[in-house]
Amino acid sequence: MPEIEFKGQKYIVDEDGFLQEPEKWSPELAEHMAKIYEGIDKLTDEHWKVINFLRDYFKKYGIAPPIRILCKTTGFSLQKIYELFPSGPANGACKVAGLPKPTGCV
Amino acid sequence: MSLELNIDELKKELEKKPWLIEELKKGPWPGFITEYERMAARKEITKRMMCQLELSYRNRTTLWKHGGAVTVKGYGGGVIGRYSMIPEIGPPSGSHTFRVNQPAGWFYKTDKLRAICEVWEKYGSGLMNLHGSTGDIILLGVDSPEVQECFENLLDVGYDLGGSGSVLRSLSCCKGPALCEWALIDTLDLYHDLTMTYQDYLHRPHWPYKFKIKISGCPNDCVAAKGRADLAVIGTWRDEIQIDQEEVRNYVKSGLDIEHIVKNCPTKAMSWDGNELKIDNKECVRCMYCINKMPKALKPGKDRGATLLLGGKATILHTAFIGWVIVPFMKIEKPYKELKELLEKMWDWWDEHGRYRERIGELVYRLGMNEFLRAVGLPAVPQMVWHPRNNPYIFWRPEELE
Ligand code: SF4
Ligand code: SF4
Repeated sequence: MPEIEFKGQKYIVDEDGFLQEPEKWSPELAEHMAKIYEGIDKLTDEHWKVINFLRDYFKKYGIAPPIRILCKTTGFSLQKIYELFPSGPANGACKVAGLPKPTGCV
Repeated sequence: MSLELNIDELKKELEKKPWLIEELKKGPWPGFITEYERMAARKEITKRMMCQLELSYRNRTTLWKHGGAVTVKGYGGGVIGRYSMIPEIGPPSGSHTFRVNQPAGWFYKTDKLRAICEVWEKYGSGLMNLHGSTGDIILLGVDSPEVQECFENLLDVGYDLGGSGSVLRSLSCCKGPALCEWALIDTLDLYHDLTMTYQDYLHRPHWPYKFKIKISGCPNDCVAAKGRADLAVIGTWRDEIQIDQEEVRNYVKSGLDIEHIVKNCPTKAMSWDGNELKIDNKECVRCMYCINKMPKALKPGKDRGATLLLGGKATILHTAFIGWVIVPFMKIEKPYKELKELLEKMWDWWDEHGRYRERIGELVYRLGMNEFLRAVGLPAVPQMVWHPRNNPYIFWRPEELE
């Protein structure tokens, strides 16, 4: 399994960069992941609104929310979410939020 | 998985010759192994894909991991991520599949095809499949670091990714008016128009699951829309079959067994008195059988449009479904406003009520056709047979009873 290094700590991620030890997630690590995977210099309040909602929802239900719920709750259009996270809600936002990889989409 | 993957053992296995995949080069049919070998001589990723394939056959198991999340910037679908279980031997950083949206009716200019091949030889394995069952061009095997640039180069050629995951999948349509005299609607234009209108749905997952639209120009249904599409659009007519009696007689004179054709009409709508062919158009179900048999004598009617069917799909969650008629006849004319409005209502309802990975047809089965029709504002009509000779059970609501 690949690793990423941040502030002298090593974090195991999968091939697509999803964090394998969710308990090690921290807001600072999210900043770092946003930079290396999504090319985001600084996470804004809007980014955090998405990340926090994803984490809350996941804590409560054990899965990532459907797109419809994500858009409704945050008030962001899907377009807007792609502007915030260029790789999209699953591969971008969920990854930065430390959620597991959304499974098999074929 | 139970297989113990010992890399050294596996490497040794590869030294044993001949390889099993050699077998696939024998026989009368062109095999893909020859093409693999040709590209493997030039491309490292292709060589590794081939080694992995050989080991898969020897160990009687796939050596691809399940799942992968690979996307290009701005898109949520179009690339199918795939990683090797044995990256020391197989592709080290993925061997992903690109779905490339095919042009309407699969018409290409040769220079464009060459340009696609060049991009794919540069960035990917050089192996492709025209076309996958989705209709897209399938480009097999590109590693993670090359994905974005490969995509941008395809855009430069003038091609875009198709759909994968919970999106509007790349549409598909028959060659229609471009090649076929039976085309009752302009399948190619409808395909192109819907594809351009719904780009956002095509590239970015919105819904509980995938949605497929397939368009056939007539009931011969050459793209098999009724069995494979969440929405099948199938050209038809609502007036009378055009008959040229002189040509009918010519067919009979030249030996056509017209009694046989009359007998085979599924609804017994035809009769032949030795001189004239009669068709009772009220009874005709527009199956095309007689027209296919006597193309010079019979033609579809002049008032043309399409029948819409919902929910065809292969077996996954539930059994295989054949499409269920939801609109017996709709005029199909630019800018396709009526069709688009219906589509959007269907999507809203499905998105609101569908469970994770529930196709729209399955949702209709779960909540009932009645609920669906109310939500999208369609009337219940007798043509909505579920199976032949089967009551679809459209009930009255309590508040509608006196
Ligand atoms: S579906 Fe009908 S119109 Fe389309 S290619 Fe087949 S026969 Fe022709
Ligand atoms: S199209 Fe089919 S149903 Fe109609 S008259 Fe011909 S054979 Fe009979």
